[in-house]
Amino acid sequence: MSETDTNQSKLKIPKMATGDRAILPVGASTIPVYIMGKKYEVPETLTIMKAMEFVGFKFIRGAGCRGGICGACPTVYRRAGDYKLYFGLACQTVVEPDMYLAQIPFYPANRASFDIDTIDPVAESVYALYPELFRCVACNLCTKACPMDVDVLGYISAMKQGNIAKAAEISFDCIQCGLCASRCMGEIPQYHIGQLARRLYGRYIQPNAEHLKKRVEEIDSGKYDKLLDELVKMSKEDLEKHYIEREREPDLAPSGTWMPQDTQYL
Amino acid sequence: MKVNYYPGCTLKSKAKNLEDAAIASMKKLGIEMEEVERWNCCGAVHSLADDDLIHQVASVRNLVRVKEQGGDKVLTLCSMCYNSLARANLLMRDDKEKRGTINSFMDEEIDYFGEIEVVHLLNFLENEIGWDKIREKVKVPLKDLKIAPYYGCTLQRPKEVGIEPVGSFNLMINFIEALGASVVKFPASAYCCGSYQVLGDGDAAGDAAATILNMAKTAGANVLAVSCPLCEFNLGKKQKTLLSEQKILEKIPTFYFTQLLAIALGLKPEVCRFELNEKSVVEFLKSKNYLSS
Repeated sequence: MSETDTNQSKLKIPKMATGDRAILPVGASTIPVYIMGKKYEVPETLTIMKAMEFVGFKFIRGAGCRGGICGACPTVYRRAGDYKLYFGLACQTVVEPDMYLAQIPFYPANRASFDIDTIDPVAESVYALYPELFRCVACNLCTKACPMDVDVLGYISAMKQGNIAKAAEISFDCIQCGLCASRCMGEIPQYHIGQLARRLYGRYIQPNAEHLKKRVEEIDSGKYDKLLDELVKMSKEDLEKHYIEREREPDLAPSGTWMPQDTQYL
Repeated sequence: MKVNYYPGCTLKSKAKNLEDAAIASMKKLGIEMEEVERWNCCGAVHSLADDDLIHQVASVRNLVRVKEQGGDKVLTLCSMCYNSLARANLLMRDDKEKRGTINSFMDEEIDYFGEIEVVHLLNFLENEIGWDKIREKVKVPLKDLKIAPYYGCTLQRPKEVGIEPVGSFNLMINFIEALGASVVKFPASAYCCGSYQVLGDGDAAGDAAATILNMAKTAGANVLAVSCPLCEFNLGKKQKTLLSEQKILEKIPTFYFTQLLAIALGLKPEVCRFELNEKSVVEFLKSKNYLSS
């Protein structure tokens, strides 16, 4: 029985979770994890990132948004007694007992340069920039490595089939962490290819929103200048009052059912 | 006398008896076996093992997709796709050990046992629709076309996956007859078009293609029917080059068999996408009144 456990029974302190706090409360239980091969005891409820900070790591690189979207903290880990590799974001993945892990904050992968204004938005442009695309043997290790559950093989296949729009759509959730490329036997930089597909799609293929164009024209024509000037001139108190009393769409109003009383600016 | 000696891993552990006896005996015979420095594993007979399973994975994954969708059959048009899928399918059906290896490698997919039937469209037309039915449906009999059936390599080889036995071209012959065209049998139906050699040795590929085209022409054909995009490239799109190199003396319009089917069924020419064929095919079809100008 460990010292903590003994104290716990003596003092009748209930066993409690640490939440995401990095300062360990009394009674919190810890688990062993192996970070780059070295064993640490960390609170069981922390994410990998917080667990690493808990034991003293300081992130200069390899941490960004801490919200699972920037792709800076991809992590590879194994579980005790399991030959399989697992992948996750350090800021999103909760530690497990006897987890063996290492963060891979950056992976070197070929990124071709192109000029978005002059590139021809056809599959052949992508093939010319990334001929290694055709080294894919459909092993699917890229998909298995993706911490965002993107069907990486799916968008690589779409690109091989010349379907830029489909590649852009399937790769949409990609956060450019590079784990796909780290596992590829064909040395393909999947995430850069997906990004190129999305840029071509956004610039040339996706239809423009007509209502947005109209609204921009209205703004340019000065339709809202007067309104904005009035707001700028208001005192802080008036501005607050104005804000609080504003007409506002109810939170759960079904789409298209609500109209403001004042329609002069629509 | 000294001799360089490569021991191998097992001789350093379980088969130390093999090694020590040899070294001692050779020493007695006056030979010193000098171990190679920094040697590594010999590769454990990979050189003879047929371990190219990773190349089956792409095909098997597609068959898994069909199985997932509840299908029992998958239709293909391209000779190479047919060949790859059919061969992978046979392997998964008949080779229990390799099937196990592939299924366990693809552990994110459902297990596959070769249940799906891989079918080429020519087989499908014969077995599921029937030549009589097709003959009935023909609106524009292609009576002015003298078509040479071309199979190339991958529709019939290896024989386990052939759409029909090597040397027999009845599927395409029946197909052409059903469309109301005449069949021109010629000896190069199963010759190689030059294949990927076109990338590394264009001249050799050109010779291979020209042989086929010239034989078709000599036999009296005015059209070549193909099933494979690479054959179409070498035999169709490359004709301008072959002509300029004087490897052929005139062009011979080359079509996918599906395009011939569509014309005969009276479908709009747009579905045939002739803009992707060698340029002269459109003029040819107009001259035969199969395409309004």
